[in-house]
Amino acid sequence: MNVSRRGFLKISGAVAAVSGLGISLKSIAAHARELKIMHAKETTTVCPYCSVGCSIIVSVRDGKVINTEGDPDSPINRGALCSKGGSIYQMAVNENRLGKPLYRAPYAREWKEVEWEWAIDKIAQNVKKSRDASFKKVNAKGEVVNRTEGIASVGSAAMDLEECFTYQKFLRGLGLVYIEHQARI
Amino acid sequence: MTNHWVDFKNADVILIMGSNPASNHPVSWKWIQEAVDKRGAKIICVDPRFTQSAAKAHLYAPLRSGTDIAFLGGMIKYILDNKLYFAEYVKNYTNASFLVNPDLKLPGENNGVFSGLTDGKYDKGTWSYQKGPDDVIKKDPMLSDPHCVFQLLKKHYSRYTPDVVSRITGTPKDKLLEVYKLYASTGKPNKAGVDLYAMGWTQHTVGTQNIRTMCMIQLLLGNIGIAGGGVAAMRGESNVQGSTDHGLLFHIWPGYLGTPTGSLATLKDFIEKRTPKTKEKDSLNWWKNTPKYVAGFLRSMYGSDMTLEDAYEALPKLDDGANYSWLTIFDQMYKGKFTGFFAWGMNPACSGAHSNKVRQALGKVDWMVNVNLFDNETGSFWRGPGMDPSKIKTEVFMLPCASSVEKEGSIANSGRLQQWRYKAIPYYGDSKPDGDIMSEIFFKVKKLYEKQGGPNAAAITKMTWPYGKHEGKEFHYEPRKVAAEINGFFLEDKTVENPTKKGEFKSFKKGDLVPTFAWLQDDGSTSSGCWIYCGSVSEKGILPMRRGQADPTGLGLYSEWAWSWPVNRRIIYNGASVDLNGKPWDPSRAVITWDAKEEKWKGDVPDGAGNPGKGRPPFIMKPDGVASLYGPGLADGPFPEHYEPLECPVEKNLLSPQKNNPAIKRFDKEGVGSDMDVYSGVGTCDPRFPFICSTYRVSEHWQTGVLTRWCPWLAEMQPGMFVEMSQELAKMRGIETGDKCTVSTARGKVVCTAIVTPRFKPFDIDGNEIHEIGIPWHFGWITTKDRPFNKGDKVAEVFTTGDAANLLTPTIGDANTMIPESKAFMANVVKGVK
Repeated sequence: MNVSRRGFLKISGAVAAVSGLGISLKSIAAHARELKIMHAKETTTVCPYCSVGCSIIVSVRDGKVINTEGDPDSPINRGALCSKGGSIYQMAVNENRLGKPLYRAPYAREWKEVEWEWAIDKIAQNVKKSRDASFKKVNAKGEVVNRTEGIASVGSAAMDLEECFTYQKFLRGLGLVYIEHQARI
Repeated sequence: MTNHWVDFKNADVILIMGSNPASNHPVSWKWIQEAVDKRGAKIICVDPRFTQSAAKAHLYAPLRSGTDIAFLGGMIKYILDNKLYFAEYVKNYTNASFLVNPDLKLPGENNGVFSGLTDGKYDKGTWSYQKGPDDVIKKDPMLSDPHCVFQLLKKHYSRYTPDVVSRITGTPKDKLLEVYKLYASTGKPNKAGVDLYAMGWTQHTVGTQNIRTMCMIQLLLGNIGIAGGGVAAMRGESNVQGSTDHGLLFHIWPGYLGTPTGSLATLKDFIEKRTPKTKEKDSLNWWKNTPKYVAGFLRSMYGSDMTLEDAYEALPKLDDGANYSWLTIFDQMYKGKFTGFFAWGMNPACSGAHSNKVRQALGKVDWMVNVNLFDNETGSFWRGPGMDPSKIKTEVFMLPCASSVEKEGSIANSGRLQQWRYKAIPYYGDSKPDGDIMSEIFFKVKKLYEKQGGPNAAAITKMTWPYGKHEGKEFHYEPRKVAAEINGFFLEDKTVENPTKKGEFKSFKKGDLVPTFAWLQDDGSTSSGCWIYCGSVSEKGILPMRRGQADPTGLGLYSEWAWSWPVNRRIIYNGASVDLNGKPWDPSRAVITWDAKEEKWKGDVPDGAGNPGKGRPPFIMKPDGVASLYGPGLADGPFPEHYEPLECPVEKNLLSPQKNNPAIKRFDKEGVGSDMDVYSGVGTCDPRFPFICSTYRVSEHWQTGVLTRWCPWLAEMQPGMFVEMSQELAKMRGIETGDKCTVSTARGKVVCTAIVTPRFKPFDIDGNEIHEIGIPWHFGWITTKDRPFNKGDKVAEVFTTGDAANLLTPTIGDANTMIPESKAFMANVVKGVK
């Protein structure tokens, strides 16, 4: 199979999404080790670690990541990655990941696996209870402040931009003012 | 970052101070090296330790942690004394000519503090400008009036002589002068210098002023706005730029709109108070558009079904002057203020300063939600070292989230570049994307309020959430819809005047994307979740997905690769890269060029540049249009002044009788912090903790190691907590490389493996030998071998050793930002496990 790197991307659909932008899809700087990633589907990602923003090609076969490597087309990293970026494979393929919601009851000594629905239900009830009990319509000066004083949140720069926007919306909608994250530390 | 990563290649001198990019932003070195190889650029590294960056630098100068302002203040003096500043730039593009209130007293004439200080707080009345009857700021274009900013600057830094600076910093005088000379060489129009900083500058009680001092140097040298210049804040996380942009901090809404306070009862009050005004005749004062951005944000929260006024009222307000930041959260938590806590994609049990206090605080809430990829010290705090689970009430939910290759969405790097990531594989196990998780919680909470009601219930029930679809009991979050929400829409059919072409009108339909933030309206007819990202999504698609390679200027702007805020501008303040007539200071490195024929700027998207010769000052985000050498807005002074770290190894501040930053909030004061907040070496040196300690990072781990400690390749390369120390200190303590040691402070201790290196050298501080040690902050007990395991627990494939460096750090923050002082505190190190 003699398909260029951009060809792989085209197949994957990742580039199809941007082809409306009038961008050339022809191979630019790629020299793939094609045997290793033969019949793999490629997508691009950006390293989740430091803030340089290196682009990474993720090769997937049968729903499993089989290879990750620096994206030579990125003007930032031009295919290079550091030790962390080069290890993204191990973040993607890692049996130590949390695979189930875990619950620790008050004073318990162990985690218990729980279902999502049960956890979300209980969290929502907790949120309502804490919010209702601590909600301040007005402050000591009598000014309208409409805030929930009994819940705090930290997080997260580890989320995507869209999730950051949505998360602040969620928190401010609940009336939280104690909203912080990694940028403060 | 004012510029961007690739732009390092355009610099002539690169000052690495407050960072260590060779270790911590390794791929950025590609562009630093490019500058060396192609331009013959020189690299300077100033750091307490001979870092990997220092090893690659042409010039290395050691300095004691926490003395950067003294070092840089001396550079300002050197630049002014030797007239090495860029006179035309300083005169026209900064506030050097502004006349200041004659009642202002500088620290040199006022016992080390500026005028107006009472009980740790400044009344800034005397920091004001002199104004004429027309309310215009008085100026002296000759820069000779004794009350003008330029003369005050000279007077203030006249005290920062090389002798005094060397005695404070421990930097040998010849090294100081060598650095000053080399860096000041970039004050010429055809030279560019950039500073690369990171947490080495922010994590100090004078953090904001550290960075300001460098900004002032960059302005004096005309290095802001040009290719190869700027101030490069190299951030610590892949999306911490984006998360900050989107307001995940108490004090800002998305797009840096200040959170409202209770005293601003109505939207009208808020707009009136928060929209900057100016009488400077040529100033564009971009923030005059605040009402449009506020309206856009409110619409993105509540849509058109709620009036803007009601949406404003529904949202939470702060108390005036109150602080709700990180250190306050954990202080209040420790004191029982909160019943609920979200630690979402974070590990505060290791990342929070004074982690012992944080870990105790977590036991004081009724419930905690912790969302992460791996088990971590926060979610499992109740079974950590020294904890008795049977005494800890906290109900904990640890929710597994999908990793960055299992979902799609975008992140913004330090260069403000927003890049899209694609889903490559299914979610691991039963994990879900963060967006799905928060949506599901939101809808459940909303349902409860719809059924049962509650205080201000409409704030929840009326919130719009068109970000995906319900499938059975699940909600599938669609990031592309949110990307469009962040960009913004027209909410009704509307014809509006082109903001850049008077007399030209354009019609929009309801649902059309807003082209750029200049088109946003203040009447609620447009939405935009985060105005600075307006323009990121267009009819052409999601621009952060772009992969264009064109680089017509050759400067590495790559304007068609992804998208950067604002308006795809790659170098902000670039209006300052040209002279008053629109000519680039350096034609060989022109960021923007005026095309007289087409009557428009070419190159990068122009910033603040009016048509040539029109006299518009280029710093349009400042009400007065010029950059601030004098900054009367800060909490701790209009000019940076050297103060010692709260915990420090010296008896006295050699520059003044004021030892520490007078505007910091000490948590050891009655009624402020808690019983756990103790310091050492504040009033006088404490022999129990004689060494300066600083935290840092290594290439192989990220943050608290919450992800990387679980990756065996990385854990093998950096397997555990170490303490790095000089050969001299090791000899004094009888320690050899590989020995187990205990590092302790007034707050805690951590067992470390000793690494004895010549990278640390004792400092000569005013005749005293002072030692500094360094520790990485990536470790924690969860991936260690000797912790207790329960059935079903994940077990790291490669164990690491040691616990968090933050068990040692103090609860004390910068006077402006409250970022903890983790880069300079006092510690002891002894051989063995004590």
